[in-house]
Amino acid sequence: MYSDKVLDHFSNPRNVGEIPDADGVGTVGNAKCGDIMRMYLKVDDSGIITDVKFKTFGCGAAIATSSMATEMVKGKTLKEALKLTNAAVAEALDGLPPVKMHCSLLAEEAVKAAVEDYMKKHPEAVID
Amino acid sequence: MNRIYMDNAATTAVSRQVLDKMLPYFTDVYGNASSIHGTGRDARKALEEARRQVASVLNCKPQEIYFTSGGSESDNWAIKGTAFANRRKGGHIITSAIEHHAVLHTCQWLEKQGFTVTYLPVDEYGQVDPRDVEAAITDKTILISVMAANNEIGTIQPIREIARIARAHQVYFHTDAVQAMGAIPMDVQEIGCDMLSLSAHKFHGPKGVGALYIRQGVRIDNFMHGGAQERGKRATTENIPGIVGLAEALKLATQDLEEKSARIAALRDQLIDGLTAIPYTRLNGHRTNRLPNNCNISIRFVEGEALLLRLDLAGIAASSGSACTSGSLDPSHVLLAIGLPHEIAHGSLRFSLSDATTQEEVDTVLRTLPGIVETLRSMSPLYADFMEAQK
Ligand SMILES: Cc1ncc(COP(=O)(O)O)c(C=O)c1O
Ligand code: FES
Repeated sequence: MYSDKVLDHFSNPRNVGEIPDADGVGTVGNAKCGDIMRMYLKVDDSGIITDVKFKTFGCGAAIATSSMATEMVKGKTLKEALKLTNAAVAEALDGLPPVKMHCSLLAEEAVKAAVEDYMKKHPEAVID
Repeated sequence: MNRIYMDNAATTAVSRQVLDKMLPYFTDVYGNASSIHGTGRDARKALEEARRQVASVLNCKPQEIYFTSGGSESDNWAIKGTAFANRRKGGHIITSAIEHHAVLHTCQWLEKQGFTVTYLPVDEYGQVDPRDVEAAITDKTILISVMAANNEIGTIQPIREIARIARAHQVYFHTDAVQAMGAIPMDVQEIGCDMLSLSAHKFHGPKGVGALYIRQGVRIDNFMHGGAQERGKRATTENIPGIVGLAEALKLATQDLEEKSARIAALRDQLIDGLTAIPYTRLNGHRTNRLPNNCNISIRFVEGEALLLRLDLAGIAASSGSACTSGSLDPSHVLLAIGLPHEIAHGSLRFSLSDATTQEEVDTVLRTLPGIVETLRSMSPLYADFMEAQK
């Protein structure tokens, strides 16, 4: 039911872990099935995401979409990161089964929550 | 890769001996059992021989055995058939909260048809208390349906006591023995049930064929309307190869049952002991009062589907009651009914063994799972938070 890409990101997830001195951390939960995803961001002065890590408690799709989302925002600006959609993450994984689309939403929301946390901690930062 | 199959509660392999027995009924003895000619008569002979075999295992009369398309049909028939046939007496049915969906969804549908249903709770091990059954009976109660053993957590129910209570109150008692059949002794006289469901594919028979035992005299509506097959109660040209396969598989499964069960239970116990030695795990279901082939554990801080996928990548087939595997995104109703919080139901794994399970396979699972758990926990924010709080 899962694409090879999903299985690849599930079995060899990229950027797993924590960033102890992260500039932004976002934790989101899935009301639907009870899964949890946490994203850590390191952001440089020019607003570029230089490092990103995740931890996820959830299904194969949740882990794979977390992994893919970190790859998609790494090296991007905060503004670009905010534009990440769950559909884009799912597409980058060659699609997800319909019942698993909500897991990719978790990845989108986790990135957004981490960026928002960064903005809260860095009110001087502007996203344009 | 050497695959290890530990999902025998989902379905089993058809054994070679069963298949060999079935094959001639596709190509040689292919007649319609209702036909008058020789080919038909041979099919009829095989059909009635199969019925006798099943009856002898269950200790009932051959005419009390009705072949069906599987466990779900047997459950549907037993429940709907007695519900409608006895509606005038009353519209109340008693069942348990941890029945298979074939029973639960049938009862829920009957509620829409105006019946009332009591879903009895279970204790933390998944056991129904017979006193609860008795207390739930009213003068409107027409049927009690409680499974012989649970498909997810393997808990064996006190069906003999429930049957006694049902009889004392003149209420029909049906038991879904789909998981119990071929795993523990099932004698309908000794149990005292009025109806019993079984399904061939759970004991190395073919899929799509089952049986319903209906004690003579039970008032039950016909299920499938049409021809006169199955004493006019269930129409459709009999699936002779399937029925022959069911009977052969049941015969084999119940031969030396005690010895086989003891061997499987010993492997199960190794699995239970070995897997619950992983920190922050628990056994679901009763430690001893459980099917010999069932091991169901919950592993905290990790999710069941992720466990299953990792196991599958390692060549091990198991199953889970996690919300993420359910399709409905709700955790298993059985795990919730034994009181597990959502997040612990989430990390549930079921290993179900068979007669073909080997020591090496058990050893491999015991060697493989701890590493998988460790990897997934290292990715789990819940585990990180928990370890942080422990400091
Ligand atoms: C307890 C129980 N009842 C009923 C069924 C349904 O059986 P079948 O698949 O033959 O319809 C199953 C099988 O999943 C089961 O485990
Ligand atoms: S996280 Fe639960 S279904 Fe994907």
